[in-house]
Amino acid sequence: MMNKLNINQSVVESCRKYAKIIANDVQSFIDQHTTVSVERATLRLLGVDGTDEFQVPLPNRIVDDIVKNGNISLGVSTYLASALKSSGLSLSDFLIAYKNEEVNICGHEIIDQDATFNILKPYYDSGLKRILENKAKRTDFLTKFPREKTDIYVIVATGNIDEDVIQAVSAAEAGADIIAVIRSTGQSLLDYVPYGKTTEGFGGTFATQENFKIMRKALDEVSFKLGRYIYLVNYASGLCMPEIAAMGALERLDVLLNDSMYGIIFRDINMQRTFVDQYFSRLINAYAGIIINTGEDNYLTTSDAVEEAHTVTASQFINEAFAKKAHLPSKLMGLGHAFEIDPEVEDSFLLELSQAQLAREIFPDAPLKYMPPTKHINGNIFKAYQQNVMFNMVTTITGQSIHLLGMMTEAIHTPYLSDRYLAIKNAKMIQKSMKSLGDEISYKPEGIIQKRAVEVLNSAEKLLKQIAEDGMFNSLAKGVFAQTKRSENGGKGLSGVFRKNKNYVNVVLEKMEESFNEN
Amino acid sequence: MKIKPYGDTLNDGKVQVSFTLPVPKSAKGIAAAKEIAKEMGIIDPSVVHTENLSEGFSFYVVYGSVKAAIDFDRIHVEEITNHALDREEIEKIIKDEFDRNIVFVGASTGTDAHTVGIDAIMNMKGFAGHYGLERYQGIDAYNLGSQVLNEDFIKFARDKNADVLLVSQTVTQKEVHLKNMIELVELLESEGMRDKVILVAGGARITHELAKELGYDAGFGPGSFAEDVATFAITELLNRKRGENNAN
Repeated sequence: MMNKLNINQSVVESCRKYAKIIANDVQSFIDQHTTVSVERATLRLLGVDGTDEFQVPLPNRIVDDIVKNGNISLGVSTYLASALKSSGLSLSDFLIAYKNEEVNICGHEIIDQDATFNILKPYYDSGLKRILENKAKRTDFLTKFPREKTDIYVIVATGNIDEDVIQAVSAAEAGADIIAVIRSTGQSLLDYVPYGKTTEGFGGTFATQENFKIMRKALDEVSFKLGRYIYLVNYASGLCMPEIAAMGALERLDVLLNDSMYGIIFRDINMQRTFVDQYFSRLINAYAGIIINTGEDNYLTTSDAVEEAHTVTASQFINEAFAKKAHLPSKLMGLGHAFEIDPEVEDSFLLELSQAQLAREIFPDAPLKYMPPTKHINGNIFKAYQQNVMFNMVTTITGQSIHLLGMMTEAIHTPYLSDRYLAIKNAKMIQKSMKSLGDEISYKPEGIIQKRAVEVLNSAEKLLKQIAEDGMFNSLAKGVFAQTKRSENGGKGLSGVFRKNKNYVNVVLEKMEESFNEN
Repeated sequence: MKIKPYGDTLNDGKVQVSFTLPVPKSAKGIAAAKEIAKEMGIIDPSVVHTENLSEGFSFYVVYGSVKAAIDFDRIHVEEITNHALDREEIEKIIKDEFDRNIVFVGASTGTDAHTVGIDAIMNMKGFAGHYGLERYQGIDAYNLGSQVLNEDFIKFARDKNADVLLVSQTVTQKEVHLKNMIELVELLESEGMRDKVILVAGGARITHELAKELGYDAGFGPGSFAEDVATFAITELLNRKRGENNAN
């Protein structure tokens, strides 16, 4: 294994040990709870989709109905199976009748877990089959079109899915390997997923299943044309994490932003809700072979990138530990970090190099997501282009996997077609001209770069030890990440968290877990 | 004094422009780029570089001279007197002038379930590139969310020794916000807290004038960001602190 930084493996092991303690503690809470969004995601994977006459998504209407008139802690699977059995209807006929208020979801004789599985088998089989087919299709693409070490990732954010398609295809032709469609401002705080194709968004485009499908189709076409498989990315963080993951699995997204703590810290979503939701959404991603991305880069746009670097490393260990709980293999863990040190800091390039190399060495098999400078970019496009050159150099030298390109017009506008193109050319030139530089370099023993890595790793270990002692909930209340304090019962979405009944059943979640435990 | 853009000689009027045209790179595209530059008032435009961005789009870099000459002495700018400080400036004032963190407590109070406004001001990510108060060093920002009762709001503020209270009101149907806002002032007064805090209201239909009328220290309407609110609050806190020092 590569060890250019001369880091002490026993410290790395110790970090993993503490992260595991932290995740185990939270997992015991997760296993005892469900949320409205977990239940809605389950419905979506059973094939429930569409809206009622008031544009309320059917998964919301059914789950809210059970919350109000039934006992959601038995799980929506129980209610749906009981209703289907008692009414004798197929799922599609039931949904039509339910929409027309000819049949209720509650009030039927409640059937037991085995009967629930029996009744719902055709529906979960069909959903799971579709996900596995998508996974197989992705594997085919990747076999046919092998990838380079570093993927170039750019963002489209027009608000209009049709315009997004034009921009995405153009970026792919210019050399992008990964296209992310930024969501409309505030979508993460909606406790439902909008429905259908959308052409009006604010600072981004609504994540809807139909929009996913439209972009996937366009990217598949351009993938064949270019002989490169273009990954599609969206964002799960928020109140609908598991539902977005379900939609992504059904429509073959390849990468999903799915941090275990981002919603808590940056969106003030309740921590109980977020931890329960992230487990199911990550389980879905693991099942679907979707790479998750985590949001540690955000810590550094908030806090000082020199002083708080160790919080990024600590959080990466925690995100890794939670990902393992959800059966994600290392190759699907796109842990995040960023190039955010003020370029006015002396030797800042060396510190960035050290941090990026450290992440690479600690997580050798993870498709690390490396984020560009944003905090110290101010509208001087020429300076920004230079900063992005330095960022691209660190990316190439340290072999980062998912290279999110910086734009010279950062902090001015969402990228123009030419901004994206120039950024891709910048990255490509460095990838090519410095291709083997990383292999040629070794770092001076006890030099600035090695010392910095050791210092960051040791501080991360200390922080993880503290969090393991205090517990995750208390630590978040203390503001360990991004200096943001969140309380266990504060934030949005707590009213959607329920303790599971001993007869709780979730047919999809259990089938997915079963598939991993078999292997 | 008439001025023009400066390249390497006074009043040469040199400018650089770059843009994309929705056509493939071609002689015709270059000619079109020149025409566009001329329409922009650029004399003798020179397309120094062009390349294809993707199928159907080409990029142009153009240099030339502009005709425009401006009499600099005739330019008058309204100086903004009470302009918002930026985040770094606010953080520096807190660091230099106060030996503690400043505590902001905010909520969408009463029955109001809308938090977009208060979130835009308080949440870490802020809004439209303007970071929220949670991101400010030296500020402890507590966003209690929506539908917070005035009593609970005051209790929390007391527990945290709040310096600044931010009240967000979005729903204004049947003037429900007025009743709720007035009730908060009355409760603060009966608790003896009104003079100890800076009380700020915000919302789509809130104006500074309305807020003052209802007994608040300030009101912020649409288009306000965290730095506007923080600048007001910190300046006011500083004034009060200096007032106290002078009185001693």
